[in-house]
Amino acid sequence: MVGILEDKDRIFTNLYGFQDWRLEAAKKRGCWNAVKDMLSAGGPWIIDQIKNSGLRGRGGAGFGTGLKWSFMPKVVGDRPHYLVVNADESEPGTCKDREIMRHDPHLLIEGCLIASFAMQAHVCYVYIRGEYVREREVLEEAVREAYAAKLIGKDNIHGWDFDLYVHHGAGAYICGEETALLESLEGKKGQPRLKPPFPANSGIYGCPTTVNNVESIAVAGTILRRGADWFAGFGRPNNTGTKLMCISGHVNRPCNVEEVMSIPLKQLLEEHCGGVRGGWGNLKAVIPGGSSVPMIPIDQCETALMDFDSLRELKSGLGTAAVIVMDKSTDLVRAITRLAYFYKHESCGQCTPCREGTGWMWRVLERMCKGEADMAEIDMLLEVTTQVEGHTICALGDAAAWPIQGLIRHFRSEIEDRIHHYRAGKPHVQGSALIAAE
Amino acid sequence: MSVRRLAKDQPASFAFAPETLALANWWIGKYPAGRQRSAVIPILWLVQKQDGWVSEPAIRAIAAMLNMDVIRVLEVATFYTMFQLEPVGRKALIQVCGTTPCQLRGSLELMAVCKDKIGAKDHLSADGDFTWQEVECLGACVNAPMAQINDYYYEDLTPESLAKIIDDFRAGSAPKPGSYAGRHTSEPEGGALTLTDPALYDGKAGKPIKSLPNLPKPEPAA
Repeated sequence: MVGILEDKDRIFTNLYGFQDWRLEAAKKRGCWNAVKDMLSAGGPWIIDQIKNSGLRGRGGAGFGTGLKWSFMPKVVGDRPHYLVVNADESEPGTCKDREIMRHDPHLLIEGCLIASFAMQAHVCYVYIRGEYVREREVLEEAVREAYAAKLIGKDNIHGWDFDLYVHHGAGAYICGEETALLESLEGKKGQPRLKPPFPANSGIYGCPTTVNNVESIAVAGTILRRGADWFAGFGRPNNTGTKLMCISGHVNRPCNVEEVMSIPLKQLLEEHCGGVRGGWGNLKAVIPGGSSVPMIPIDQCETALMDFDSLRELKSGLGTAAVIVMDKSTDLVRAITRLAYFYKHESCGQCTPCREGTGWMWRVLERMCKGEADMAEIDMLLEVTTQVEGHTICALGDAAAWPIQGLIRHFRSEIEDRIHHYRAGKPHVQGSALIAAE
Repeated sequence: MSVRRLAKDQPASFAFAPETLALANWWIGKYPAGRQRSAVIPILWLVQKQDGWVSEPAIRAIAAMLNMDVIRVLEVATFYTMFQLEPVGRKALIQVCGTTPCQLRGSLELMAVCKDKIGAKDHLSADGDFTWQEVECLGACVNAPMAQINDYYYEDLTPESLAKIIDDFRAGSAPKPGSYAGRHTSEPEGGALTLTDPALYDGKAGKPIKSLPNLPKPEPAA
């Protein structure tokens, strides 16, 4: 057996799409089973179970899912409640929600019904990124199946009127930020809102709204079916459950896999991905949680566990558990410069530190790639990252700053070497030679 | 931020095709009454499917349809980078993912192939058949390097396989999307190491569950 998690404990049993995604096949795999009983047990029971399972949001921030659900008003006032599912998966390195939507869409739809019921919402929007055309086609078809089978819709067999609509974006990373997503869903530019008011108070159309990641919602049904204690039995305390992990970059066999939280990073790479290209000794650094978290060097990769707390101790983060592996052949300065360009491209332009800072940081890094910079500029760059970080409405500013901080923290010498050697091999200053000849 | 402007040469007018109109109304129906503006992104997308790009008359027509100010539609069309603001290749719009996970696995080589076979980035090819662009992370990182061609993802590409795909589009055929490394979706190359237990698929999981775990104890009968 590879890894830690056994097949019988996997939630996403059609992760690779070897099986049929359609309703009948999904039901055989356990989807939609006993959903009626869950709803009969009541919304507070569902929220308690999710809390007890220790499920932390799978979209990157890791906020307790059950706790988030409990923030919704207990009584529905004159404004209806909404559930919005964040399927705007755009964090570089991350490609897990895509597999859920195209291979196990009914787990997501089931989760939407359960979560909406628990929060007394009758309407749910799934906001899927615009580029996922195939995934949207599958999800729309699965929603049609669920309506036709009266699993959702008006007067469905579960006794909770529930409409699910698929919405899509058009290529903006920032719309993965929950309030930018709501703006976008309202037909505006995706520019994050100031909080408070929080979405649970005033979200889509000014109504109480909860925004959850696809994976957080899609696991809800299975957690309730198998028990909160079953889910909480995986991983370490405060880091429980199973998690989809995406391993890309310089491993022999990049893949998606569902594993237990807190699996050692080394074991994940060695057993599931055939190890680092050229052997473990050829490893240089790993970005363990999607592009927004700082990289960790090889010595820390030896002991790192894939969970929120272990990676935070290493001044990195679990993020979306998207592991980007870089071997010794990697030009790390170039790799981070490309990420800096990404954040420059995706900044929404609302807050000055981010709009101007991301471009500034990228331009300096472009010069550092070539070594065409001054030593003092390394500290200046670090200083600018701290000026962007924490000074913007949303976390994109932080996300742009952290990878650069990680680079300088662990591989400052690489930038210094490049600056040192910039002049080497370049011709002597031309002007003086010309003057001498005259 | 990316600065995007409308094309210099604009058509005189725009008309919704009947299919586009029907789909647009289906989208508008998804939102509460009075919130039809929510459909602006999907409708811009439909218009782009119809014409290949988003023109200024189309933006005006959408504003009228959704009862929005033109500037509000214009700002959405220029904010979201999936909207092509000038005509693109008739046969294929090739969007190569250039972000770090793809770059680590060779997206620069893919872009060199595009440059060689099609021409400069972001420009319509001389014959009007192709456009290629470098785009940001498309969310298929374990299948890197990859490109989105028209609507679908072509994954695990090599310079050779991409060159062949471009040739096939040029010849008028539609190459199959998906992985070009012979693997199924995002399984590890050489075959999945997990989800191999046949008991997962024998239908037992679909049998009725007698009692859910941790259900609240029923109230004792008074």
